[in-house]
Formats: sequence, structure tokens, C-alpha cells
Amino acid sequence: MNNETAKKPLLAVRDLTLDIATPNGTVRILEDVALEVHPGEIVGIVGESGSGKSMTALSVLRILPPTAKIVSGGIDFEGVDLATLSARRMRSIRGRRIAMVFQDHMTTLDPVITIGAQIVEAYRIHHPRSSRADAHARMVETLTQVGVLDAVERAKQYPHQWSGGMRQRAVIAMALINDPDLIIADEPTTALDVTIQAEILAVLRELRDRRDLSILLITHDMGVIADMADRIVVMKEGKIVETAEVHALFSSPQHPYTQKLLDAVPRPSAEVSEVAQPEAAEPAVLEVENLVVEYNRTWRRKGFHAVDDVSFSVPKGKVVGLVGESGSGKSTIGKAIVGLAPITSGHIRVGGVELKELRGSAARKASETYGMVFQDPASSLNPRMTIGECIGEPLVAHRQSMSRTARRERVVELLEQVELPAAWVTRFPHELSGGQRQRVGVARALALEPELLIADEPTSALDVSVQAAVLDVFQELQQRLGFSCLFISHDLAVVELLSESVVVLQRGQIVEQGDARSVLNAPQTEYARRLVDAAPLPDPARQRARHLTTITTA
Amino acid sequence: MKRPSLLPTSAVNLVPTVQESSPDKLALRRFTRNPIAVIGVIALLITVLASVLAPIISPYPPTAIDLTNVRQPPSADHLLGTDSTGRDVFSRLLAGGQISLMVGFLAALMAVAIGTLAGVAAGWFGGIIDGIISRIIDIMLSVPAVLVIIVLAGVIGPSVPMLIVVIAGLAWPTPARIARGVVLSLREEEFVQAARAFGSRTGFIIFRHLVPGVLPPIVVSATLLVAEAVLLESSLSFLGAGVQPPESSWGNMLNEAQSLTVLSSMPWLWVPAGLMIAITVLSAMAVGDGIRDAIDPRKNT
Repeated sequence: MNNETAKKPLLAVRDLTLDIATPNGTVRILEDVALEVHPGEIVGIVGESGSGKSMTALSVLRILPPTAKIVSGGIDFEGVDLATLSARRMRSIRGRRIAMVFQDHMTTLDPVITIGAQIVEAYRIHHPRSSRADAHARMVETLTQVGVLDAVERAKQYPHQWSGGMRQRAVIAMALINDPDLIIADEPTTALDVTIQAEILAVLRELRDRRDLSILLITHDMGVIADMADRIVVMKEGKIVETAEVHALFSSPQHPYTQKLLDAVPRPSAEVSEVAQPEAAEPAVLEVENLVVEYNRTWRRKGFHAVDDVSFSVPKGKVVGLVGESGSGKSTIGKAIVGLAPITSGHIRVGGVELKELRGSAARKASETYGMVFQDPASSLNPRMTIGECIGEPLVAHRQSMSRTARRERVVELLEQVELPAAWVTRFPHELSGGQRQRVGVARALALEPELLIADEPTSALDVSVQAAVLDVFQELQQRLGFSCLFISHDLAVVELLSESVVVLQRGQIVEQGDARSVLNAPQTEYARRLVDAAPLPDPARQRARHLTTITTA
Repeated sequence: MKRPSLLPTSAVNLVPTVQESSPDKLALRRFTRNPIAVIGVIALLITVLASVLAPIISPYPPTAIDLTNVRQPPSADHLLGTDSTGRDVFSRLLAGGQISLMVGFLAALMAVAIGTLAGVAAGWFGGIIDGIISRIIDIMLSVPAVLVIIVLAGVIGPSVPMLIVVIAGLAWPTPARIARGVVLSLREEEFVQAARAFGSRTGFIIFRHLVPGVLPPIVVSATLLVAEAVLLESSLSFLGAGVQPPESSWGNMLNEAQSLTVLSSMPWLWVPAGLMIAITVLSAMAVGDGIRDAIDPRKNT
């Protein structure tokens, strides 16, 4: 797009400064934000949560919260300043010239209206005189363009009948139907699996190429941005720290924060390492044998098999990664181990103890041998309990003879292990940041010195740099304390970083397992290969080379 | 395997965050900033205090009859005048407050205690237990309260303890439903799942995780129940099925105002009692609204 940068920009945000009034005074959300989007260009805004990237997008469309106020600066769209435009004229631009694709396809679509009707509505708002038949034809055409097969029939369906990836296509179609010049996509693929993400990104790329559409892409994922953007704007705390062309940014980041962000991204290694020698039969801490977890079984109906005949083991002191897309049953396996999902048949042994038959106090006794770190640190800690009480909870359950002071000492020791200050025992979860909360989650899981730690997507709710820090703490603790770990994640790079071996799941069944590096770099099965290929690399050159090979091999 | 420590600055963000404060303290702070709720609390406190101190404040015994001073308008001797048997209206108002508020608070407390336990049990255990408790709730909600109490008053005779028990017995389904709903969503929360995964006992989970989560909405419904119970007691006493003369309650004080002459020419006989009922009910509701707004996480500042 270099030849086009000389042209007039389609959108130019000039030194935008935005305040939001809160009960505790006004807070500056954006400061002197300046960026340009040229016709046919994809500009990516990256930054961590709270960096103001979404607020920038919302100000362009002027759908800011009522307490927000544009203090200075302007937003030029084809020479018109959107910041001062009348509400009425703004409406004719919103959706018609600039359209938005939101993150959450679940809440963007109305569950009680058919998908087709919703897309038609988006069209007729701006074309009130168009006939129903025209609008319908256009809707079908747009859906087909975003890759919906059999659009006529599928448009009659309701959102719950569409899968997540299909719904996101519908949302894109809704944005596209008025033939806008600019699409603002706010984390358009964050709620999707990697393979679906790859498809959606391909749809957006193709639209850009075919219609000369400009896209302002907001994301926290360096892989997505490397894959998509022509130019990248890096934001931090409401300010732009760096703007650069994509290859330049990844190869020679100028600002220290950009460097930090890039360093924090776990990178899949490029080459296959020598296959590690299978170690002399270490006793397995966790053995899962022919595990079946069945939900909704009734006496006359077969249930749904969330986990179907899965066998693997975690050797002592090792980390085993469990990967797969949503719905693959990876979390269910973790839940079955800790007793939150039923073991329909098969065996789970932790430290040689069969968990299936255990009830009551024996089950409670066995739960001393494992700890679990949950996905969302915001909801896995009781908001009404202090950090100390949260970490001490397993101690209360299992060490009833432990004195109050001894328990407190242990809690402080655990806090120090996860590198949090001891004085925080009296704090409440809402006073901590996401990463700090997840450290508390790790401390709680380690309270009883378990032999086995189950980590269910422990960092997927965190920003990359925070994720890197939490993973560091985790890795260090694992090496020091020597616990075994079942690490459940959808992020292949994280799994490769942490674990020696990996188990790939699809629809409740194991499709491939083995040494982590060899599975993730040279997958043997088709599904594993698709999973690996779909994850965008945080490296524009390699990522784009992959597009070429898919095109040439297709 | 170990990556270089990339993030010395953000690895541990040791900058102290906000000052220490529990969610409950934050809610209290929001509550005290709500003028209507604070006025409600003050009005309730004054009412309760006046009723509790009735024996000391009252200028006359509330049941002392003085047939020489019947239906006297307010004067220096009788602040709010006298009623049809010459009793001091102000003294009866204070004594009546004792009864009305006692019925209101005790009935609400009992209803909330029963309702919370039943609701938490239904929500947590689910299955058959939930089915049984929920059906009982449905049945109780379909019973016309006033009718039941009038019938019971006719059969076992009207009395204050009977009023309390019956009002509580009829009111507990409301908090029970709320508690059940909250527990149903709490049990899916990860922190409750975590507690189960760590092997915490059921009792610990119920009293440490569920009940504290259930209490805020229950407290809101309790304040509304107080208002409801005060109203119900008043209506029943007015109808003669509640507190019996010579004992006084706000409701049976209104009973005297049934004739048109009293209504039109002797307002001191009915305005004070009516006003007290209205003030109590309104303040209880204001407090309830204040608590609800204070614990609403969307208003988290």
C-alpha cells in the first residue's frame, strides 16, 4: 500500500484528547492520539487492556459513554470533522460510511430475530426507500461474500443456530452491507478458536483486496496484527508510543514498550529439536485411562460424550500440555480430575490412588494431592474474602489442626513464593490487577504442596506482558518445587514453552500426543497441522509466507 | 527453557493499589452518600427509639381511661388529644409503635431466616430437594394472606405472637426465591467450583461462600418485608383480627376512625397513626432501595 500513502488519508485522527468524568474526578483516557488510515489500508492498533485502543475506535464513531468528553483534537473523515458533526449527520455516517465489527458475536446479534432480518435492517436504516426484495437480495449477496454457503436458507435461521465463526461472519456482513469505506474491527476474533480466527481474518483480508476497503483493526494479539496490518499503531496508557510499517515494527521496534510487548509474546520455535529420549519409566503422578465423561445421560437416552476414551499420563515432575479448540473436552478432563465433572467410565489415578470410587472423606483426603489454577482470576477468587482467606481456604479444609498463626505464616510464605508482598493478605481481590490475582490463584493451588497441579487456561484472560510474568513465576516454581503439571491451553506457543509433552484433543478424543516440540513443529495428523497453521505467528514475514504457501498449494 | 526475565518493571507491580477496603465497606460508603436512604435510616431510628423508650416518654399509661376527657382536641395536657374513652393518643401512639414495629421486625426476621435457609438449600442441593422446596414456595405464594389470618384469628383467637408467626410463615417464600436464584448463579462461579475442587466441606462452602453472597439482596428484601409486615399488621388490626384493644397498635387506632364524624372533625384520632404507618413503610423502603443501589456492582466506583 506504499504507493497510496501519498494520497489523502480517508480517516485522520488529529491529536485527540479525551476525558471521562468519574465520581473521583476526571480521568484522561486518550492524550494526543494521532493516526491516519488511507484507502485500502489495514491499520492495526495494538495495546494491552486499558491502553485506550477501544476508546479511540469509539470516538471515531462517536459512540462514547455519556461521561466522556473530547477535550481537544479532531477526527477528519474525508475532510469532515466527526468530533463536531451534528448528531443527525453523524448518524448518516455511522453504519453507512464507517461500520463497526464488535468483539462479541454473542451479544451483537439479537437472539430473537433471524440473522437475515437483522442484516436487512442494517441496510434499510440507511436505504429507507429500497424495496424489501432489493434489500433481501443484497443481504444474500453480502452473506455469500463473507463466505456463508447457502445464504438464502441460512438467513432464515436464528443466531443460536449458527456457530461462533458463522455468527462473526454475519456481524461482518452487517457492517459490510452498506458498502462502507472504513470498517472498525474491535478484537473481531478474540472470542474465536484459532482455526476459525484464521478463516475470519482471511475473509477480512480478501474484502480489503477486492473492495479497496480500509480497516482499522484493534487487537491485543501480536500474531493477528502481524498477519493483517499494513501499519501498526502501538498504544499505552492512552498515548501512542509508536507508529510504524508492519515489517519495520517487528524487525526493529523503536520504543522500549513495543520491544517489551514483542518480547513478551511466546514464540513457537522454528525448528524441530532432537527428540528427547523417553526417560526411564518415571512413575506417573497422573494416569488417565480410557476416560469417558458423559453429560445429560438419562435412563433411556445416551448422553453427550464430552470426553471419549482418553488415555494419557503425566510423569513425575513433568509438565504435560493439553491443547485443543473450545469444545474439545480439554477443560472437562481437568474438571473430572478434581471432581467437578462425572467420571462415566475409565480411570483417573493421582499418585496411584483411583479417584473414581472415592466418596466423602476419602475423596477429600485425595484432593490434597492436587491443586487447580482456574482460568479467570476475577471469578475464581471470592470477592468478599481477603487474599489471605482465599489462599488459606485449602488449609482450612485439610489442615484442621493447624493454628491460626501457623496458617497465616504459610499464607505469607505462599505469597512470597508467587512474588507478591506479604502485606497483601488483608487485601481484597478487586484491589489487585488480573496478573496479581492469578498469582494468588497459583499460591492457593500450591497451598497444600500438591504433587499435581492442574492449570486450566491460567493466562488466557491476561494481557501478553502480564502473561509472560505469570508464566515466569509459574515456570520457576515448577522447577523449584518439582510438582507435576497438566497445563490446559488453547495457545500452542504457551504450551510449547512450558511443557515437555503435549496431548492434542479434538471433540473429546486424542488425535495426537508426544514430545511437545515435535508435535507442534511437525504435526503428524491433519487436525493438529490445521491447529498449528491457524495460530498466527508474531512475525509478519513468516506469517505472510504462510499465506503464499496456502494459496499456491490450494 | 527459562526465558530471560523480560519484565522487571511489571513483573511485580508493587505500587500499592487503592486503599484497603472490602466490598461491604465500599457499599456502606455508597449508602451513606445517598441522602434519601440516610433520611430513611434516621426516621426509622427515631421511630424505633421512641417506641422502645415509650414507658419513659409517655405522659400517661396508654390504657388509662378517663371518661371525663373524651375526644379532646390536642392541648398542652394531651399533646395529640384523647380518644373516645379518654385515653391519651400520644401515649397510645408510642405504645402502638412498640407492637407494630415488633410485629414488623420480628416477622421479617423470621421470614428471612427461614427463607434464606430454604432458598440456599434448594439452590445448592438441587434435584428433589429443590423440587420440594420450590413447590412449597409456589403453594405459599398462592395463599391469600389476609384471609388466612382472619380465619386463624377466628379459630385460635387473635394475638400478637400469632400475628408474627403467621406473617412470617406467609412471607418467607419471597426471600427464599431470591436466595435460591442467587445460589444457583453462585454455584457456577469459579470460586465456588474452586472451593469444591480443593475439598472444602459443604458446610464451609454454604456459610463462607454462599450465605455472604446471598445476604445483600436478602437484606434488601428484608427491609421491604418489614414494611409489608407493618402494613399487614395495621390492616388486620384495623379489621379487628390483629391486636385487640385495650392494647394499642397503629392499625387498631385507625379502627376508631371508621365513622364519618371522626374522619371529618377529629383528625387527631387518625392522622398520627396513619402518618406513622406511612413514615415507617416509606423509610423502610427508602433504606431497602439505598442498600440495593449500594450493593449494585454496576455502581462500583
